[in-house]
Amino acid sequence: MNVALLNQIIKKEFLLEFRQKSTLAGILVYIIATVFISALSFKKILQPAVWNALFWVIFMFIVVNIASKSFMQETKGKGLYNYLYYNPRQFILGKIIYNMLLMATLSLLTFFFYSWFVGSMVQDMGMFLVALLFSSTAFSGVLSLMSAIASKANNNMSLMAILSFPVLMPLILVSIKLSKHAIDGLAWSVSYKYLIILIMLNFVVIALATILFNYLWRE
Amino acid sequence: MIKWWKILSALLIFYTLTWGMLNSVPRLDILNETIRNVYYHVPIWFAMIFQMGYSVVYAIKHLSKNDVQSDIISNQAAQTGLFFSIPGLLTGSMWAKFTWGTWWTFEDPKLNGVAIAMLIYLAYFILRSSIIDELKRARIAAVYNIFAFVMMFVFIMILPRLTDSLHPGNGGNPAFAKYDLDSNMRMVFYPAVIGWVLFSLWILDIKKRLATLSYSKNNEE
Repeated sequence: MNVALLNQIIKKEFLLEFRQKSTLAGILVYIIATVFISALSFKKILQPAVWNALFWVIFMFIVVNIASKSFMQETKGKGLYNYLYYNPRQFILGKIIYNMLLMATLSLLTFFFYSWFVGSMVQDMGMFLVALLFSSTAFSGVLSLMSAIASKANNNMSLMAILSFPVLMPLILVSIKLSKHAIDGLAWSVSYKYLIILIMLNFVVIALATILFNYLWRE
Repeated sequence: MIKWWKILSALLIFYTLTWGMLNSVPRLDILNETIRNVYYHVPIWFAMIFQMGYSVVYAIKHLSKNDVQSDIISNQAAQTGLFFSIPGLLTGSMWAKFTWGTWWTFEDPKLNGVAIAMLIYLAYFILRSSIIDELKRARIAAVYNIFAFVMMFVFIMILPRLTDSLHPGNGGNPAFAKYDLDSNMRMVFYPAVIGWVLFSLWILDIKKRLATLSYSKNNEE
């Protein structure tokens, strides 16, 4: 594993993203608009379970939206270039790490706007942030692969959602459980087994994505 | 040529359908006579999981060998598995109505798991239909198949063990092994499992032959 090359891929992704500021700004507007709409339509949320569910649904849509972009920009020529220069394992790992960073940041942003407009109910902030962090890393593992698959199948947006929603289900249920514990302010010892499952899922997802991407890569 | 295991599967299913209704079962609260559903509901799920596992094995085979035949088998096994999920769901729903008092409950992680598993395989077929090139379709579908199976496995096998479930053997409910200890029930349950799994293989065999024929016919033209 060549770390320098991995760094290069991640750096390249960031450069591309920041050069085209419109996509990043688009995501930001998307986050604010969805959170604002839900704040307006719900007015005031009193039940923690509703607060929690709404947050994760919003977050899931945002994350799928971001991830669907990660392979769509790969044109035929670029694909050939990547194919010649990188090995598939490094390439997908680079994409996953880049998506991880992006999603972790955006999850914090979403949480920020959400607690601003809708109000925060979280009692155990540390637990909530840990849940948010690990679920966004696992999401990025799943969604990077799904985006690669969708991009091979004519790149349509609905396919991305159809493919990834059912596969994300186990992940999102564990995350919802964890964040519910954080909202209720339960002791950490109650949540350990869910946290362990979430971290294990991270490993499984990333390992599978790196192994399987090898086969998607060749045209 | 008629294969022996096809006859065996028909005989076993016939035996479990009749003897399952006639033999004596333990009298238990709430379950009462519905415990006989163990002979039909559970083996059908076993057949479904078996077919989906079969599909994944051939998906892996396809990725390593790149042959068309493995892809055909993988696809047909996934279809057979999805087909078996329908009677599995219906028998389960009936059972739930008479024991838990409702056709469907979102409280039970296994029920949710099954619904998600069906969605996953529907997504698999949509993915297949959206790619035209044959080899490309086979490879991409195989990748999705493997990934989806692992996630489904987590959902059906691991998550229910963590949370409360209404199903026996999960969340503090007694496992069926306890009821199964009744040797009368074992005499029907195990043959039923073998019978339904063989029956699913029979369906797969026919579907496989049909798909192979239509594939070679298409390639001739």
